[in-house]
Amino acid sequence: MAVTTGTTLDARTLRADFPIFEQLIHDKPLAYLDSANSSQKPRQVIDAMSEFYETSYANVHRAVHVLGERATAGLEGAREKVRALLNAPDVREIVFVRNATEALNLVAYSWGGNNLGPGDAVVVTELEHHSNFVPWQYIAKRQGADFVMVPLDENNELDLSGLDQIARDFNVKVVATNLVSNALGTIHDLGPLTRWAHEQGAIFVCDAAQAAPHMRVDVQALDCDFLAISGHKMCGPSGIGALWGRASLLQAMEPFLLGGHMINSVRYEKTTWGELPHKFEAGTSPIVEAYGLGCAVDYIEAAGLDAIEAHEHELVAYALGRLSEIPGITLYGPPADRRAGVVSFNLADIHPHDVAQILDRQGVAIRAGHHCCQPLMHKLGVAATNRASFYLYTLPEEIDQLADGLYTVRKVFA
Amino acid sequence: MNEFEQMYREVILDHYKNPRGHGVLEGADAEAEGQNPLCGDEVSIYVAFADDGETIEEVKFFGRGCAISQAATSMLTEMVQGRTATEVASLDKDELLDEIGIPLTPVRLKCAMLGLTTLKVALHKAKGTPLPRGLAGFDELELT
Ligand SMILES: Cc1ncc(COP(=O)(O)O)c(C=O)c1O
Repeated sequence: MAVTTGTTLDARTLRADFPIFEQLIHDKPLAYLDSANSSQKPRQVIDAMSEFYETSYANVHRAVHVLGERATAGLEGAREKVRALLNAPDVREIVFVRNATEALNLVAYSWGGNNLGPGDAVVVTELEHHSNFVPWQYIAKRQGADFVMVPLDENNELDLSGLDQIARDFNVKVVATNLVSNALGTIHDLGPLTRWAHEQGAIFVCDAAQAAPHMRVDVQALDCDFLAISGHKMCGPSGIGALWGRASLLQAMEPFLLGGHMINSVRYEKTTWGELPHKFEAGTSPIVEAYGLGCAVDYIEAAGLDAIEAHEHELVAYALGRLSEIPGITLYGPPADRRAGVVSFNLADIHPHDVAQILDRQGVAIRAGHHCCQPLMHKLGVAATNRASFYLYTLPEEIDQLADGLYTVRKVFA
Repeated sequence: MNEFEQMYREVILDHYKNPRGHGVLEGADAEAEGQNPLCGDEVSIYVAFADDGETIEEVKFFGRGCAISQAATSMLTEMVQGRTATEVASLDKDELLDEIGIPLTPVRLKCAMLGLTTLKVALHKAKGTPLPRGLAGFDELELT
């Protein structure tokens, strides 16, 4: 595998692992600056998944034959890799789901559905992705609980000054927040919020969808109770993600989806649930996707998560420098050393859709829209922003291509 | 710049920068609000009918969004003036697309159709004309 180890990363070499870059887009080299939306996939993952289909595929856990055994080993091996990635104490605490959204829904329904009631509150932040906002808003309302927001200050940082008041007004049961913001790239220091949550006797739910691809995420160091990730953002396939939860909490919870595989015994009068993690994995799993996620974990571990994080800080610093030269630009978010590879901006009053379309013509792929963060957009007073985002294969030339493209956008809309 | 002219014809940029029929119509006979949840584009459309209660005398719109959504709505206000509610309710989207005259990707098609869809909803609410079933962007419109 063409990867480096240690704290530096050779993005140019890594990039050669990604077949998507072997094509031209509108006759231009591809500047893929939309990795926070979904990352591209290295050949190592693509090939491993094909080979798995060709040599080892069968359903898991119930077949006695050799292919069933191989497939089960592939799936369970991936579970162990995800456990190690997150430094989870026990592999049974890793539940495979479709994506971070499903992981968060699982916690909201299964934990929230049994533990929330009138007088209780769920606390989220104004900077949440809709995936960590809407399920909580919905379940709180359904259970008659309150839904409370930690606001952002004028620098769009979490404003924790109101926590005491929240503690006086509500019986806080859940605190849910992201570790890295997909809209601004902010890497939060969650320590104070986690400690506060636990002082209230609340569970702390961490949305690490945007953190796990870009930095080391350690569930024990974070001291969270649940944590959600998505495979497709970290070099893995779509259709697979993981929930980590404390075994004691998972054990006490009701299942989320019901059906095959998640049972212990089924009788006319009564069904009993299977052991962890199977209790939460009803139906046939995304077997090959899970295997692919395991391969992706191998890939990013070999590149080095510290090296990936350092690489992205460098790219963000470079991008902030290049973009700030462009007349009419507004940049959002914290300084480079406190953000993952995300740069959100607006160009004069040109709508992000128009910006993104003209950039696309120049081979530059960015995201334009509200980034599933409408509460934040509301706060910023804009309908949408442009977002360029980076990953381990991103090169400074791509940022140059973006900057050049933005000058062209200005000309078209002059 | 040729390839960009193809994407943003001069006439589109002109409608975007100097939108026709821009504003609010107080006491409108028909109105509706539409949103494109994908990009947060919004338009509100206001219609005044002539004395026959059928012919569209004036259309105004107000909104914020990308050049395509706003220019298309501006073009639409000129296009439907003097037509009846029934005619507009069955106005083929290709008529508007021809007027726009640039190739649109599926995502941008939603932007382009926002004004027309919203107008048809306004007419539906006021006159009971058929809804623009299946039109892009429609499913997210609130029919209140
Ligand atoms: C911070 C954050 N949370 C949650 C999600 C949802 O991820 P998925 O769509 O894979 O469920 C995303 C994806 O954009 C994200 O960036």
